[in-house]
Amino acid sequence: MEHYTMNLTLKVWRQKNSQEQGRFETYQVSDISSEMSFLEMIDVLNERLIKEGKDPIAFDHDCREGICGACSMYINGRPNGPWHANTTCQLHMRAYKDGDTIVVEPWRANSFPVIKDLVVDRTSFDRIVQAGGYISVNTGNAVDANAMLIEKDKADAAFAAAACIGCGACVAACKNSSAMLFLSAKVSHLALLPQGEPERKSRVLNMVHQMDKEGFGSCTFTEACEAVCPKEISVTNISRLNKEYMIAGLTEEK
Amino acid sequence: MKWSEFFTSSVGKKFVMAFTGLFLISFLIVHVGINACIWADLVDDSDNGEMFNKAAHFMGASYVIRIMEIGLFLGFFLHIIQGYMLEFQNRARRKKGYQVAMGSKGSAWYRKSMGLLGTLILLFLIIHIQDFWIPSRITYATTLGEVTYNNGAPIHDVYTKMLLVFSQAWVVVVYVLGCFSLAWHLLHGFQSSFRTVGVHNKKYVAMAKGAGIAFSIIVPLLFALMPISIYFGWVNNN
Repeated sequence: MEHYTMNLTLKVWRQKNSQEQGRFETYQVSDISSEMSFLEMIDVLNERLIKEGKDPIAFDHDCREGICGACSMYINGRPNGPWHANTTCQLHMRAYKDGDTIVVEPWRANSFPVIKDLVVDRTSFDRIVQAGGYISVNTGNAVDANAMLIEKDKADAAFAAAACIGCGACVAACKNSSAMLFLSAKVSHLALLPQGEPERKSRVLNMVHQMDKEGFGSCTFTEACEAVCPKEISVTNISRLNKEYMIAGLTEEK
Repeated sequence: MKWSEFFTSSVGKKFVMAFTGLFLISFLIVHVGINACIWADLVDDSDNGEMFNKAAHFMGASYVIRIMEIGLFLGFFLHIIQGYMLEFQNRARRKKGYQVAMGSKGSAWYRKSMGLLGTLILLFLIIHIQDFWIPSRITYATTLGEVTYNNGAPIHDVYTKMLLVFSQAWVVVVYVLGCFSLAWHLLHGFQSSFRTVGVHNKKYVAMAKGAGIAFSIIVPLLFALMPISIYFGWVNNN
């Protein structure tokens, strides 16, 4: 692909902290390489802001390889920008052309309060996982890997669900700010495997309870979450979660 | 887990929406079947609404059906109240919205507009109940005539009431628009209901999607054709 440089107008959400009101600030960035990642473009802008004695734009990032789920920007009306199945760090500037205006916002949901600028607090996801996203295992010698037989299709489906990186793009895209795609991925990948069997019922009940406590909305199957998920988690998992919840709720002995 | 906890969780609330939705879908099948009797006239010129009036009489005179009617109203009530509560609760989950909205990126407009479509159907339902249910169940003494078939007991002439109501063009337009709203509502609601109650196997999801598309086209189209066929004199033209 041919390399080119571009000048862009950025409208970025700036917010000092969770208490203060935020606002959009407009920045002109020039000579941006089409081979830069979106985060590198923000890095360039931040270096300039620091040189000018201004506060750089705060944003979450870690691996910059599309696997950690830390980077989280709502770009021109879509989580992680225009590319399909992509994280912000893997969005490259060749997605844009010279003269474009790009509006960058943080994830918006009551359960993801803004900490600063584009950084939101996603510890609500951690608390949901703490409520049941684990399995009980015997400690001691590792069990032989082939001792427990698992059907290939189920292993594949469990692996596909386990690919969720907990980035929160599903919540950001959902009109209801629902975390059901995230939760369903966490529940599915354990419900599909024999290792998840012991806590199968309590897991789904406790995790749904925690999700509600955190203030996320209900799923109305608009499928916007699936469309923006960097790991292409399927909404089929949400149906599986609902089935798990129904069976657990109706058959639980408490 | 208490029942109250089960049905008031975010997932449980959706179960209520899905089960009542599926119940109302089954009602639509009965309703469209009974109403389709107005077209008996197309194959038998001497029918003049006899089949429809007899079917309407059966639906009104049988105690079993009347008791089921209470269940039907309960189903409507739960679906409407729960629908509005979910809509408002879900909207409140994002107090600060986006500067650039997602729009239809990733999700068709009707999937995101079930509240609006449901409201349009509710408005239509109020008009519809006013036009037919109240006259045939409550004010029939003054609003409906009677007709006798085969020297039997006189029964309400709902057919003539239909002819009268659908002789007005604006009423026909309102009914057709109501059917449009119903079609879009069903297009999402039908398959979504099945998936909400846990249908996730590929073959069943494909069936629910296929049946949902067919149902949301055929049933509202049949309903819409009723006022249209009466207004344009395709039935009762002898």
